[in-house]
Amino acid sequence: MEFLSTLINGLSLGGRYAMIALGYTMVYGIAKMLNFAHGDIIMVGAYTIYIFMAMNQPLIAIIAAIFVCVLFGVLIEKIAYKPLRGASPLAVLITAIGVSYLLQSLAQIIFGSANKMVNGYEFGMVKFLGADIQVSELITLGAATAVMAALTLFVKYTRTGRAMIAVSEDKGAAQLMGINVNKIIMITFAIGSALAALAGLFYLFKSPSVSNNLGAMPGIKAFTAAVIGGIGSIPGAMLGGLLLGIIESVSYKISAIAPYTDAIEFFILIVILLIRPTGFLGKKRREKV
Amino acid sequence: MALLEVKDLQVYYGVICALKGISFEVNEGEIVTLIGANGAGKTTTMQSIVGLIPKQSGIVTFGDKDITKTPCHRIVRLGMTQVPEGRRIFQELSVYENLLMGAFTNPDKASFKKDLDAIYTRFPRLAERRNQIAGTLSGGEQQMLAMGRAIMSHPKLLMLDEPSMGLSPLLVNQVFEIIKDINRDGTTVLLVEQNAGKSLAISDRAYVLENGSIVLRGTGIELASSEMVRKAYLGG
Repeated sequence: MEFLSTLINGLSLGGRYAMIALGYTMVYGIAKMLNFAHGDIIMVGAYTIYIFMAMNQPLIAIIAAIFVCVLFGVLIEKIAYKPLRGASPLAVLITAIGVSYLLQSLAQIIFGSANKMVNGYEFGMVKFLGADIQVSELITLGAATAVMAALTLFVKYTRTGRAMIAVSEDKGAAQLMGINVNKIIMITFAIGSALAALAGLFYLFKSPSVSNNLGAMPGIKAFTAAVIGGIGSIPGAMLGGLLLGIIESVSYKISAIAPYTDAIEFFILIVILLIRPTGFLGKKRREKV
Repeated sequence: MALLEVKDLQVYYGVICALKGISFEVNEGEIVTLIGANGAGKTTTMQSIVGLIPKQSGIVTFGDKDITKTPCHRIVRLGMTQVPEGRRIFQELSVYENLLMGAFTNPDKASFKKDLDAIYTRFPRLAERRNQIAGTLSGGEQQMLAMGRAIMSHPKLLMLDEPSMGLSPLLVNQVFEIIKDINRDGTTVLLVEQNAGKSLAISDRAYVLENGSIVLRGTGIELASSEMVRKAYLGG
């Protein structure tokens, strides 16, 4: 049952990518910016977990990671991005890259350049339909599914969620409804950062070592996932994340192409963008005359 | 009593002066129209009053509150809203959800239900299409939705920016009837229109805007019969 374990591996990996991709896509949809520091929030979460795991507090570690990531996300938005509201997209993009390096450098100054090990999240294996499955993957998959379902319901059925859709469609019209756009952007950053904290946790399930550039590659890949799904689309980020996870897990299993896994993923991104420039669920906006 | 008072309002786009210090007022219960050609500054006036674009100088008061520096979402909470140019309904949301957004400032469920029924009675087409995605509505239906969405917030002052734009003559008449109706129910109306004939006919007072300045003011009837307005805006 090689196939089943590859599939579950892919889905749990995809769930992790989806958590990160949602942060990219929601911020893009609502604040119309690419937050390239988003990947580094995962790293912030992972270091927070490391600190609390050193005190042997696995549950508090998770809660603290979410709290610290939300705090970072909201503060970064307030200090670095909010003053640039209305500035050229390039200025915002460069600022985001700057924030990314700032976070990585701060982490290096505080924690040093040697990797930190986080032990304590070991769950073992189970037999499922004849396949050996890691319990951590099932937890990741289950938690990611639950979070995605909750987020979908939140956006569709709550006042704040609908305000988020309104802001992503038309900021001016949303303001005319009495919606405080700055507050909605702040909430979006908070949600995205909380999801990044979870992604950091899932990452540590798989490889328990924390470094200051831990978030960089998953960040870029999840961004790819968001683009494949259609940047700005919440279901798109979920779909893109899961798809990318399965692609990665399948190519990793085929030993002849395993070393090229990353190359294959980005190649597929290019092909998909050539065929569907707006991604799978991206909107083709009708230009109004 | 003036519900809205605009004093010396100046707006710049970069170095270009779009509004050169205009002053006007809208009294409680009135329909007031700003007419003017394309680029005269009508939409700029509307958007700067409601806080969507920044004001360079001048004072705007609403009721007895100075709202010159108040952000848009707070102004809406004070009881002023706008049907923006081009309607700008939420294309991806359903008709019902658009109306729900209109009631954003008032989360009370019971009064929402009552308001919703009132809108569906006033606009039967919207009732028929309540679950349809708003982007698929016709232009006329979108205009109805934009007006319905705006009155969901119970504005004291409703501002409409070119509500007749792009509509068939039949629908244009219907839109002006609805505006009169809304006004009769006690809502003060500030209207911006290129259709000078129709809008002057329903207006208590009107102002003519040219190149960012008010060049003429008077009652609707006075302006409709003025030589200058007839030449420039009524085609003879």
